[in-house]
Amino acid sequence: MTAEKTRVLVVDDEEIVRESLGGWLAQDGLQVESAPDGPAAVERMKGEGKWSILLVDLKMPGMDGIQVLEEARRLQPDAAVVIMTAYATVDTAVAAIKRGAYDYLVKPFDPEELSLLIQKIVSQQQLVHENAVLRKALRREYDFHDVVSKSPAMRQVFELARVAAPSGSTVLILGESGTGKEVLARAIHEESPRKEAPFVAVSCAALSESLLESELFGHERGAFTGATARRKGKFEAAHGGTLFLDEIGDVSPKLQVDLLRVLEERKVQRVGGNEPVDVDVRIVAATNRDLRQAVAAGKFREDLFYRLNVISIQLPPLRDRKEDVPLLVERFLELLAVELGKPLTGVSAEALAALMAHAWPGNVRELRNVLERGAVVAQGSVVQLEDLGLKPTAPAAPGGKAVPPSLDEVERRHVIEVLSYTGGNVTQAARILRIDRVTLYNKMRRYQLRD
Amino acid sequence: MEAIGLWWIGEREESPGTMEHVRLHVARALALPALVLEGPERPTGTLDPRRQQHSSARILEWLLRARPEGRVLGVTDVDLFIPVLTFVFGEAQLGGRAAVVSTARLAEGAPRDPRVRVERLAKEAVHELGHALGLTHCPDIVCAMSRSASVRDVDRKAGVLCRDCRSRLRDSTSGAEGA
Ligand SMILES: Nc1ncnc2c1ncn2[C@@H]1O[C@H](COP(=O)(O)OP(=O)(O)O)[C@@H](O)[C@H]1O
Ligand SMILES: [Zn+2]
Ligand SMILES: [Zn+2]
Repeated sequence: MTAEKTRVLVVDDEEIVRESLGGWLAQDGLQVESAPDGPAAVERMKGEGKWSILLVDLKMPGMDGIQVLEEARRLQPDAAVVIMTAYATVDTAVAAIKRGAYDYLVKPFDPEELSLLIQKIVSQQQLVHENAVLRKALRREYDFHDVVSKSPAMRQVFELARVAAPSGSTVLILGESGTGKEVLARAIHEESPRKEAPFVAVSCAALSESLLESELFGHERGAFTGATARRKGKFEAAHGGTLFLDEIGDVSPKLQVDLLRVLEERKVQRVGGNEPVDVDVRIVAATNRDLRQAVAAGKFREDLFYRLNVISIQLPPLRDRKEDVPLLVERFLELLAVELGKPLTGVSAEALAALMAHAWPGNVRELRNVLERGAVVAQGSVVQLEDLGLKPTAPAAPGGKAVPPSLDEVERRHVIEVLSYTGGNVTQAARILRIDRVTLYNKMRRYQLRD
Repeated sequence: MEAIGLWWIGEREESPGTMEHVRLHVARALALPALVLEGPERPTGTLDPRRQQHSSARILEWLLRARPEGRVLGVTDVDLFIPVLTFVFGEAQLGGRAAVVSTARLAEGAPRDPRVRVERLAKEAVHELGHALGLTHCPDIVCAMSRSASVRDVDRKAGVLCRDCRSRLRDSTSGAEGA
């Protein structure tokens, strides 16, 4: 026996039918409710919860059974709709099956026929439900803490993160904005022996240099105007745990020096203070910038880059792993259902197709925002295409992928990569590239990699 | 507790042995006293002229009027129906006073052996009275309270209540005593 009762909605304009059929079904332990006409039925379908079975009279004044069926396909796609018809209109009921009705019954029907039909629907739905539970459990095995994915590229990410997590080494996460750098950082923390200690996140882009400095390292009382009390910085707050430095590529040159010192000495000095404090912190940094290029351009300290780039993990953009869209949709709807207190069960087929086709320049964050809007607007338990308010993405290449780079661009990026690999050593880089040094110098000039 | 009244309200004569058999069976299965009522009144206004069947809901209403007190099971030979269904073996008010059961469909498949019909009748009498005593359908297919949508279902049942239904019945009847 399942804990949840099977909910049945009887839609018929005759009260005696609603009563007698409802009573008969209730004796089987089903939770039966009824609606006297189509519009009332639609209201019930938009309301709370899921219906398992709809028994709908074909001929009703106003909205007929076929129209109710169509609304049911939209609003309660998992419900089995059984059309009840008089002998004279059997043809219409048969045609209704093509439109998604589960079956039809000719009034008056045999008790055994009704009984068997209900049993069949209930056991099929139970099977579907059990399968869904099983699939969910399987999928959870693929998840890495709160990071949901089944794409091969992400599988590699998870593998790397699993290896990196317990080691305590610094991790650098690269990827476009909204690809899940922060959730991955949290997952690494959760997977590490530091998981009982705090995970502290700081966005290095949001604050001015001096504010960020006191945010990170803390300050003594009176260190600057407004510093009315002594305050611990995030490094100290994260003691024993993990400090997530988001947007590390945006840190000013002065702070880069300070950060480097902290990472090397494992001590912080509060602003305005002179007693260094020991800190035991694991650093996970992230950026959506091309850090190697910033190094090559002299905007990011090379020594700091090497300190951070012990293990680097690249998160692919969502457009390159569309297979994750349905999984993410499911996960976000689960969360939103709880958050909004709404019984959301899924998105319509049309809506999912549109979500798959979208290019997602804002990646997973954008997907989440779009779903949140849809979940708020949705009537009933299924989010419809209109609810999402999706605007077509601005000119992307066919297939929604970014325009691939030119040969020059590929060469430029590759040269930068090799140079950063060799720490700027041109001789070594030329050897790796199997070209002579003069050619490499020419390329560097051409790509303005050196003045 | 007051005895359950069993009342033949059919059109033809029924052999006296049938009602006595039903009485014994009901009293044993439900562990409650039962007695056979004698009364010449018969329901009127229950026939649907188009279907040529009798409305079980109307018969229940008539029984409530004819017996203002106590639980009563009407036993009849007329064919019973509820709208949308071709027929029913019987009907009861869930947790109410009245129930009805019919022999009209119970001879199916065994027209020559009267014992089969009487056995089936006894089982359905227990079933409908079970409803009147507040029991709903039971998933145990041999329990008297399992749904019977065909005579095959009736034949599959043992005619007594399963252990779960027995304890549910005990709870509800002992609760009613105190009230
Ligand atoms: N693979 C994923 N599984 C589940 N949620 C994700 C995933 N990727 C991103 N998110 C969610 O998307 C939003 C943006 O992720 P975030 O980690 O802040 O991105 P970034 O730091 O790269 O900008 C967050 O709400 C996050 O929980
Ligand atoms: Zn019953
Ligand atoms: Zn039982």
